[in-house]
Amino acid sequence: MVSSLTMTERRLALVILLVLSLVGLTMGVVGRSDLLGVQGFIVLVFSIGMAFIVMSDFYAPTPNPKRLERYYDDPTKAGIVLAMIWAVIGMFVGVWVAALLAWPDLTFDAAWASFGRLRPVHTSGVIFGFGGNALIATSFHVLQRTSRARLPDQLSPWFVLIGYNLFCLVAASGYLIGVTQSKEYAEPEWYADIWLVIVWVVYFLIYIRTLARRKEPHIYVANWYYMAFILVVAVLHIVNNLAVPVSFGHAKSYSLFSGVQDAMTQWWYGHNAVAFFLTAGFLGMMYYYLPKRAGRPIFSYRLSIISFWGITFMYMWAGSHHLHYTALPQWVQTLGMTFSLVLLVPSWASAGNALATLNGAWHKVRDDATLRFMMVAAVFYGLATFEGSFMAIRAVNSLSHYTDWTVGHVHAGALGWVAMISFGSIYALVPWMWKRETMYSPKLVEVHFWLALAGTIVYVFAMWNSGIIQGLMWRTYNESGTLAYSFIDSVSAMHPYYIARAFGGLLYLFGATAGLYNVLMTIRTARTALAESESEPDIPLVASARAAQPGE
Amino acid sequence: MTLDHDAIVAFAKSWGLFYLIAMAVGVMVYALWPSNRTRFDRAKNSILDKDDKPWS
Repeated sequence: MVSSLTMTERRLALVILLVLSLVGLTMGVVGRSDLLGVQGFIVLVFSIGMAFIVMSDFYAPTPNPKRLERYYDDPTKAGIVLAMIWAVIGMFVGVWVAALLAWPDLTFDAAWASFGRLRPVHTSGVIFGFGGNALIATSFHVLQRTSRARLPDQLSPWFVLIGYNLFCLVAASGYLIGVTQSKEYAEPEWYADIWLVIVWVVYFLIYIRTLARRKEPHIYVANWYYMAFILVVAVLHIVNNLAVPVSFGHAKSYSLFSGVQDAMTQWWYGHNAVAFFLTAGFLGMMYYYLPKRAGRPIFSYRLSIISFWGITFMYMWAGSHHLHYTALPQWVQTLGMTFSLVLLVPSWASAGNALATLNGAWHKVRDDATLRFMMVAAVFYGLATFEGSFMAIRAVNSLSHYTDWTVGHVHAGALGWVAMISFGSIYALVPWMWKRETMYSPKLVEVHFWLALAGTIVYVFAMWNSGIIQGLMWRTYNESGTLAYSFIDSVSAMHPYYIARAFGGLLYLFGATAGLYNVLMTIRTARTALAESESEPDIPLVASARAAQPGE
Repeated sequence: MTLDHDAIVAFAKSWGLFYLIAMAVGVMVYALWPSNRTRFDRAKNSILDKDDKPWS
């Protein structure tokens, strides 16, 4: 990997790592009496470790100029593997926290294993670790292919990928030792947030610079979704994390907002993170890999443009539906509800567009688990967006909010839509990237698919049941007008559903583990095969993807 | 007129409606404009071939 960098890029990489290790050292010294010091130590060890990797190949021969005639896929390859590793870690912790709710003793009396510290490791591990790495890896791939241009340089993609994973590492380790700013989905503290801004700006610049070099005149719609994802996440991240640290030697900071303004900002961020991290980016994946794998163009390109702007306009206003029945002004609550309802239109336009693309290719969906992953993802996207609009209605929200229904809803989206479209895209991408005809084991892809689907269904049904029972118990009054059930009654009524949820999650984890194994084995067999023939057309043996369709 | 909370709310509630509708109409016109059809048709088919290496 290092040997594909030019001499200047290798030197620059070392300079960056030196600066980063000095930052880590400084954090360690000034924060020595605080948890900040521990985080600084992690940054220091990480950057020294990376520096060793760079130095080990520092004097490798300069790369062949002919490489510039090909796409630059090394960061994509590394990103795929990192995504799968984070998926297994994040989902393992997810099963653990699910089990903790059924059997609270599973903390083994360790502070770091309490629910409050493990839960954000799960959330950030799967959203940012798995989802983020999958987005970065696929976006670099899609960007180059649709622009017909190589990435502008070889160092900045690595900076984004490795810098982003450093952010994930600092975040996750921080949660375990007790660092959190306690904001919805945005739990890392100020120093990690500042680092993410730097990484993210470089990410956006890569997009702009590659598009400026593009040979294809039209910017394919998938890139619009990816760019909206990068740009809006930057805006959300900066505004939501405006905070003043207690001192530069402390991990703790205080938000610039307070009271209902803070709540509104958090949900403006929280809901748009769902919109632009967990939806727009993955729609970018869907609009490229689904047509590509099906061998058919997207059903309606115009509809994809209209849905893009629909989602971009609507989502920005929808977040306040999380604050029904709070101190937020009523008109803002109603605005959030209204826009959430209208949002159904662009969402279903995208889901329908994806499914209509498969018309005439249903035999492929039957035979090909990879395409089936993407198809089921589109179905769950449609289901979850319908449910979301429905749950935003004030009256429904009074039953569903703060119950497990919400947990079930977000997991229908996370397991059914986000993870399934990622697995589908990764299974399509891995053979292309490592020049193989298929995955190491197509049967194992099939196994993963059914484990994932079964896990999602068990999980979501368990949470629907528990959420509605919970909501109904909380609002049941007896004849004298007091609550019929104590809170603990509702907690013990949840016990069987929590066991079912942990089981569903376990199935999903098994599937992801099989996926990681399959990806690693595909890479291993590719190494030996590639050594035999060093000639490399970009996507070998996959011409079948563009076989003529019946009725075409 | 002072730029206080009420003034901004009034502006957002009245003009906000119009600029959102205007943007939505703009997008619809762009997407459905007849002469854009060939561009979009080419674009949607473009991902399916000749992507094996960068164009020089």
